[in-house]
Amino acid sequence: MATTGVDAPGRAQIGASTLRTDRWWIQPAFTFGVLTAFVVYSAWRVFSGQYYYASPYVSVYFSPCLATDCAEGALPGGPISWWWLSPALLTAWIPLTFRFSCYYYRKAYYRSFWMSPPACAVSEPHGKYTGERRLPLIMNNLHRYTFYLALLLNIMLTIDAVLAFRTPNDYQWGYVGVGTLILTANAVCLWFYTLSCHSCRNAVGGRITHFSKHPVRYKMWTVVSKLNAHHMMWAWISLGTVVLADFYVYLLASGRITDFVFFTV
Amino acid sequence: MGYSAKFKVWRGDDEGGALEDFDVDVNEGEVVLDIVHRLQATQAPDLAVRWNCKAGKCGSCSAEVNGKPRLMCMTRMSTFDPAETITITPMRTFPVIRDLVTDVSYNYTKARMVPAFAPPADLEPGDYRMAQVDVERSQEFRKCIECFLCNNTCHAVRDHEDNKDGFSGPRFLMRIAELDMHPLDTVDRRDVAVEDHGLGYCNITKCCTEVCPEHIHITDNALIPLKERVADKKYDPLFSVSSLFRKATGRDKAPETPKG
Amino acid sequence: MTELERHSYDVIVIGAGGAGLRAAIEARENGKRVAIICKSLFGKAHTVMAEGGIAAAMGNVNSNDNWQVHFRDTMRGGKFLNSWRMAELHAKEAPQRVWELETYGALFDRTKDGKISQRNFGGHEYPRLAHVGDRSGLELIRTLQQKIVSLQQEDFRASGDYESHIRVFSELTITRLLTNEGHMAGAFGYHRETGDLVLFQSPAVVLATGGIGKTFKVTSGSWEYTGDGHALAMRAGATTVNMEFIQFHPTGMVWPPSVKGILVTESVRGDGGILTNSEGKRFMFDYIPDVFKEKYATTPEEGDRWYTDPDNNRRPPELLPRDEVARAINSEVKAGRGTPHGGVFLDVSSRLPADVIRKKLPSMYHQFKELADVDITAEPMEVGPTCHYVMGGVEVEPDTEETRLPGLFAAGEVAGGLHGSNRLGGNSLSDLLVFGRRAGLGASEYVDRVGGAAPAVTDEMIAEAEAEALAPFGVEGGENPYTIHSELQETMNDLVGIIRTESEMQEALAKIEGYKERIRSVGVQGGRAFNPGWHLALDLKNMLLVAEAVAKAALERQESRGGHTRDDYPAMSPEWRQVNLICRSTGDAVELTRQPLSPMRGDLLDLFEVSELSKYLTESELPKGEH
Repeated sequence: MATTGVDAPGRAQIGASTLRTDRWWIQPAFTFGVLTAFVVYSAWRVFSGQYYYASPYVSVYFSPCLATDCAEGALPGGPISWWWLSPALLTAWIPLTFRFSCYYYRKAYYRSFWMSPPACAVSEPHGKYTGERRLPLIMNNLHRYTFYLALLLNIMLTIDAVLAFRTPNDYQWGYVGVGTLILTANAVCLWFYTLSCHSCRNAVGGRITHFSKHPVRYKMWTVVSKLNAHHMMWAWISLGTVVLADFYVYLLASGRITDFVFFTV
Repeated sequence: MGYSAKFKVWRGDDEGGALEDFDVDVNEGEVVLDIVHRLQATQAPDLAVRWNCKAGKCGSCSAEVNGKPRLMCMTRMSTFDPAETITITPMRTFPVIRDLVTDVSYNYTKARMVPAFAPPADLEPGDYRMAQVDVERSQEFRKCIECFLCNNTCHAVRDHEDNKDGFSGPRFLMRIAELDMHPLDTVDRRDVAVEDHGLGYCNITKCCTEVCPEHIHITDNALIPLKERVADKKYDPLFSVSSLFRKATGRDKAPETPKG
Repeated sequence: MTELERHSYDVIVIGAGGAGLRAAIEARENGKRVAIICKSLFGKAHTVMAEGGIAAAMGNVNSNDNWQVHFRDTMRGGKFLNSWRMAELHAKEAPQRVWELETYGALFDRTKDGKISQRNFGGHEYPRLAHVGDRSGLELIRTLQQKIVSLQQEDFRASGDYESHIRVFSELTITRLLTNEGHMAGAFGYHRETGDLVLFQSPAVVLATGGIGKTFKVTSGSWEYTGDGHALAMRAGATTVNMEFIQFHPTGMVWPPSVKGILVTESVRGDGGILTNSEGKRFMFDYIPDVFKEKYATTPEEGDRWYTDPDNNRRPPELLPRDEVARAINSEVKAGRGTPHGGVFLDVSSRLPADVIRKKLPSMYHQFKELADVDITAEPMEVGPTCHYVMGGVEVEPDTEETRLPGLFAAGEVAGGLHGSNRLGGNSLSDLLVFGRRAGLGASEYVDRVGGAAPAVTDEMIAEAEAEALAPFGVEGGENPYTIHSELQETMNDLVGIIRTESEMQEALAKIEGYKERIRSVGVQGGRAFNPGWHLALDLKNMLLVAEAVAKAALERQESRGGHTRDDYPAMSPEWRQVNLICRSTGDAVELTRQPLSPMRGDLLDLFEVSELSKYLTESELPKGEH
């Protein structure tokens, strides 16, 4: 007789970690695969510190570029002068912590990496479980701060997308390349992902008990709630657009391809 | 239309038990609970099962069908392949009494620990005024039929018997959220949620939402908002400072709107 | 043999639905120690099935509403056979009882100005039902359950013991009431989980056990509805009144077979749903009885206008009292205009936008989607009559709910009187609250009056109760209780059902005699722990006693009125209106007597036009004077 777990004393002694007959492991396995690939790719790009600017485009991982030795054109290119590593490391922790503490991603990695639980009504392999009550996981309660920073970052990425409407050589307004569309789409998706955040939902109105006394905030809450219902979808889509946006810039900057231009002045 | 289906039903008690095989007739339009009733009437008159309304409104016939926590009355036989063997076991988080019946007293003990609704002392019956938009969030949680499938599925207690002391499960954290969002409630239950009911055990893996037969968005609408409200008070230094400031400057509308 | 488990309380409440819980709250607030006994888990009682709402003349939606209008509607619905005093108390006290629920934490749907919203329902002149979508019963039971918990928390703060004043005994069935020299002394029963026997000693018992639906085949009732309270009361020496009146709810599900009988709330019609037959005809316009001619629309156009302009139009006939609608559907199906599964169509999909349907009728949407795979926003439902409610019940004194047995009280569906020959939708939940409270109060006052101590329970009484409860285990290879049960259900459904005739009822009574004989040799397999076969064997005795009372009373009453329709006596008779049929148990059989109704108080009589009264009352009963 097991002493703990799902066959703890007193419970029905069934003796299987799950009796589910469907392929419940597909979802966590898929999540594990995709998130691992994302982390590996991102780490490579962030630490590499190169091929992140191909005028007029800047990679999402390198914006804002806060080191003085940033590539020409990657804004603002300062003020930190003493930094000697990849400039992405100065800012990439923001989206990283935002996503790490995101209520959706928490579900995703608790299930697929920690296997706590791997799927519903499937036993987890751990003997002990304390949830988010201790360090480091209790830090997830600070998700709202990562949200505030993510908002700032989104403003920067939006500026980048706008600047991508300029010509590569003389920065004239009136240019649309594939990269322009990708950067714009990425910024839009990131806004959807960020604004659909649960902390955002609480901040705009969720924490209010009397909606009827705050009609504007109620309206905002209603809109965010609608977005929030698709938070998972935006989390995945924006993950994809981030990789796409960076990889496209990488391909251009490393000279592997040239930008396809739809329109230019 | 009818066919003979293969069933495995867990039979036993706290001393032990096993899955027993049965062949049972199935007719068009039936649900798993019908089959269990047919077993009782024809093959196993003492097969213990709890049920009441048979319409998904009372939340009595909770069990696990092919390993998934379900209401037996809301599990249509047409969702299974006729060749499939269907396994029914009792809920696996609570002590078994006999066969498919479990001892769910854990839930009633936890219910008794939630501080009750506390309206303003001077408000007379008949004078309660609440706007529909203000009651809607709590109304969603009051759809709960207390089938306890969420508490059964939550790994925090399902896989860890020792957490039962400190954690009340999604059902009662949702109850706290319901009261916290009640427009005429005057009590702040945020500390209680963390200290007595173990909100921090919840790692929002959403199985409660997945199994809820009432389709209540337990995680997104109750647990996460409750976590955020707790963060407002306990984990957010800026928010604490700003509410101190509002108190100091008299901009806090506390008496009129007890909880914001 | 193990020691018998014994408990002693001031008041025992048998049944943990709306009436039982409200009675327990009242007794506790009067300082009494209370045991609440429920057959299933706490909070699962049949009250959760109520959908429409709680009728109470609060006048939140239409300010013309008041208790007098509610009283009139209730009397009309019951065809004037109601206990007028109960109907008066009910109409007067219901609003207070609903407002009280808000102080316990209930969250009803709201009007624009923040009051409790009220909806239209069959037989109610104004929008009157406080509701929460279509899960009003769930809200009611959960609210009362949570109030009990809050009282236990108070007791804990005062005494360190949650159960110092209220203890809930869940999954416990009472098999016998114990009396000593004609006074209540206690109750005897068993824990369903273990099969262990229990003795409760108490001077006062409140019966709140609900109805008798499980004596019928097609029923909206759950397994708990085995008429326990009716049978316990009759066996202990109390009486029942007018057991022949059984409400067949017009709209139960007819498909799939496994859920046949499960209710489709009247709100579907209250919110605009219409009934059509297989020819697509909105047939209810053909079935408006004379007594209701002036109150109902005669054309679909007028009926439709009523939903938005109720002051200048008459309501559609889909909202006639339940008995009328049930009979109409029955006739349509018999005339060959039924649906493929033997019902009629109830359509809301062509009447309201899909999102409004999902918002107003969420649990109906859910129920049809999950159980029948029907999307009610896109296609009509198939519905037909289902045994829903027994208007008759234990005879009680209207103000205190005391039965003829001192110390025994009854409230809710198990009690008779309030609803007369037919109950209006929404009047059940208000009944539970108004008379549950009064029963709790009555029991508390009784306990004070008799000085608190329960009369003695002798060893002999205990031995007898034990032998009775365990008898099915002593039978080797006895008959299967499930077989007798299903035969009884067939008999009642076919022979004492929605339309009745003398010969069929005599046949039914002969069959019931046969079941009574066979039940003596019913045997059960297995042990005492959670053994449903044993549980049914014991419940079956109650159902048989109740079935006999229903059949005898139905045979006796030679008229058609409300929930009692005689093919051989199709008319309503003013003479029969003056008669209550009383049943008592003689041990082996049910004995039936006639008892006159008390004449209605003058001021209440004055609330009606003489022209209306003359449809129901005999010449000599009509008020004399200037009317």
